[in-house]
Amino acid sequence: MHPIRKKRLTIVLFLVAGLAIAVGLTTYALRQNINLFYDPSQIAAGEVPVDVRIRAGGMVEEGSVVRDPDSLKVEFRVTDFSASVPMEYVGILPDLFAEGQGVVAMGRMDANGRFIADQVLAKHDEQYMPPEVAEALERASKGQHKAADAEKAAESAAY
Amino acid sequence: MYPELGQLALIIALLLAVLLSTVPLAGALTGRDSLQAFARPLSAGMFVFTGVSFAVLTHAFMVDDFSVAYVANNSNSMLPWYYKFSAVWGGHEGSLLLWILMLAGWTLAVAMFSRKLPSVMVSQVLSVMGMICVGFFLFIVITSNPFERILPNIPADGSDLNPLLQDIGLILHPPMLYMGYVGFSVAFAFAIAALINGKLDAAWARWSRPWTTVAWSFLTLGIALGSWWAYYELGWGGWWFWDPVENASLLPWLSGTALMHSLAVTEKRGVFKSWTVLLAIVTFSLSLLGAFLVRSGVLTSVHSFAADPERGSFLLALLGITVVSSLVLYAFRAPVVHVRSRYDSLSREIFLLLNNVLLVAATLLVAIGTLYPLVLDYLNMGKLSIGEPFFNATFSPMAVAAGLLLGAGIFSRWKKTDGGWLARKLLWPLAVSVVATTGVMLIYGGFAPWAFAGVFASVWVTVATAWDLWDKSSSRQGRWHGLKRQSRSYYGMVFGHLGLAMVMAGATVVSNYGIERDVRMVPGDSAMVGDYQVVFTGIGDRRGANFTAEYGSFDVFLDGKQVAELHPEKRHYPVDMSVMTEADIDGGLFRDVFIAIGERITDEAWAIRLQYKPLVRWLWLGSLVMAIGGFLAISDKRYRIRVRSEAKVDTGNEAGAAPAEARA
Repeated sequence: MHPIRKKRLTIVLFLVAGLAIAVGLTTYALRQNINLFYDPSQIAAGEVPVDVRIRAGGMVEEGSVVRDPDSLKVEFRVTDFSASVPMEYVGILPDLFAEGQGVVAMGRMDANGRFIADQVLAKHDEQYMPPEVAEALERASKGQHKAADAEKAAESAAY
Repeated sequence: MYPELGQLALIIALLLAVLLSTVPLAGALTGRDSLQAFARPLSAGMFVFTGVSFAVLTHAFMVDDFSVAYVANNSNSMLPWYYKFSAVWGGHEGSLLLWILMLAGWTLAVAMFSRKLPSVMVSQVLSVMGMICVGFFLFIVITSNPFERILPNIPADGSDLNPLLQDIGLILHPPMLYMGYVGFSVAFAFAIAALINGKLDAAWARWSRPWTTVAWSFLTLGIALGSWWAYYELGWGGWWFWDPVENASLLPWLSGTALMHSLAVTEKRGVFKSWTVLLAIVTFSLSLLGAFLVRSGVLTSVHSFAADPERGSFLLALLGITVVSSLVLYAFRAPVVHVRSRYDSLSREIFLLLNNVLLVAATLLVAIGTLYPLVLDYLNMGKLSIGEPFFNATFSPMAVAAGLLLGAGIFSRWKKTDGGWLARKLLWPLAVSVVATTGVMLIYGGFAPWAFAGVFASVWVTVATAWDLWDKSSSRQGRWHGLKRQSRSYYGMVFGHLGLAMVMAGATVVSNYGIERDVRMVPGDSAMVGDYQVVFTGIGDRRGANFTAEYGSFDVFLDGKQVAELHPEKRHYPVDMSVMTEADIDGGLFRDVFIAIGERITDEAWAIRLQYKPLVRWLWLGSLVMAIGGFLAISDKRYRIRVRSEAKVDTGNEAGAAPAEARA
């Protein structure tokens, strides 16, 4: 073969091999690491498979936060004002975690319908609301329960 | 009064940018020198007026002019002066102004340091810079005026700078980062100018190279500062979260690294030209993509500014115009380039090509992981997130492969490298690296395949670099003479590669051997983290300039000897009623001990986070070493001497030209 063609072929082969490896790794890793977002209504309706890592979010229900005095365990309920889900977390909560505030948590549903969080994310500042939560609230408020409360929350959530 | 002047200055700068983007280009295309001569004065004028505008905004912050909405939203009279200063770029509008100031600054720098470039080239490069400026000036003037007033109800006081941003890290991080982002526009402008000319030659590569290297160095520093800031200020000791906005800065860094290396090949050997041009376009487009991701509100992150759909669509349009027009130009002009140089299938060219393949693959990977959720969400196909495991699983093998390749590539020769010779050459470095890596594994007590791979790659790069330096510096007049004989750009490469090795070592060791514990503690309790014993001695209160704080006192012991006393804090900022965790760190070259306090569990008990972080500082030190490498490389003799000799030629020409004119 002509040396220049041979060289070009080598280059092309290298490029294709590199791309193939990248694509292979990507799809493999993507399949394992995609976390879908669910809102409390979807969870309450049983749409979430047990023991699959997901993201869930909503507002922390007023008066629902219970701390275990002897460990770092915290229990609270997360709501979109039409359904609410009990959550459990062991560890340090973010500074801006509070009742009546939006949160997003990563974790799995257990067999008893409790969400076991391994990571809790709260907003970064006063004005900020996770968009997933804002949307979940909006969706819930558009449903049959048009509580004035939810309306207000959704409005403030939409910045 | 002043704020209106600031806005006026911005508008004047916009008009100058419009002129800059058209007049010199028209001059270059029609061959009129008189029009080309406008390029430099227009660049200077644009910079001056942008500077005035920036100064006016800074002044508004310093004198607490809360009639300006942006000041009212991002500052407070209680803020110390240096945070008032950094608050100028603490929000969207001001940081955009900083971005534009730097863009104008880079334009001016090109105008100043391009005396010996052909005038046509200078005009084209500056015109392209002007076009980019026009885009951003329009953006700030139309959608994000930093000088907007709140009248007549002027607030009595500002609503304060986000406490997270009240930190030295924030004073430095955005300027460095923007210098990098914006700096790639120069490489882009050179590429576009070369495409317009159809002159993609070694001279073009030689000219874009130092600019790319500087921009890359700044970006490296900016990313490292951001990581360092996240480590101690976000409170929880992470140093890289694969957060979309972090990724947005990593993308141009990766492709910029590829660009630097392929520019080297283009300059030295005259090959890879089309590829280099494409990389220059891609790198700058990725910088714009970063700006879009951060400023459009499509992302949720500590960086995202308040969302405004108008801004998002404007930036998306800007990105679209840039990408489409430059790719169209590329499609028409790039194939013109012919390559005649030859190189073997085992040569330095091939090693650098592989480096580029890996870096571009890594760029793609990070881009997919970052954009995939956004695209799905936009198409209403569900909300999902791609977490750290994805990036760790895919990025780490690429980084290791790049390291292994680098070590071998250092010994390779241009054109042709003998395989047997290279294999023999690599034998000893290989042996040394295996032994050293095993040693590291023994020290940290525990073998893990990925830890071994990462540390090995790092040691391998270090050994190969040192070996090469040793080979090159052998001289009959002694080692010292040999070392002095090496060029600064060679040392730049050495530093760059050693810095990379440090970063890889730090990342690998801290991820594999770091220890993190969340514990419940009452004063008097003690807990172990690694070999360190931490004793919680009590909680106290103190007042800061604009906050109150509860602070914990902790004694840290190693083998019964006290090594540190740490006071992590929980700060309450009354103005915006927020709480901040301020960690305290006993830092060291080989390990950090990190303590942060979480929430109060009962009256007595607190949630405490204890961390042992081996080699974590190497991440940032390594980045610093990399950046130093970049700055060393551009201070190389060949850039300076040429300036001097060219200056001589210039004066010679003028002296020769004057009598000619007199005669005429």
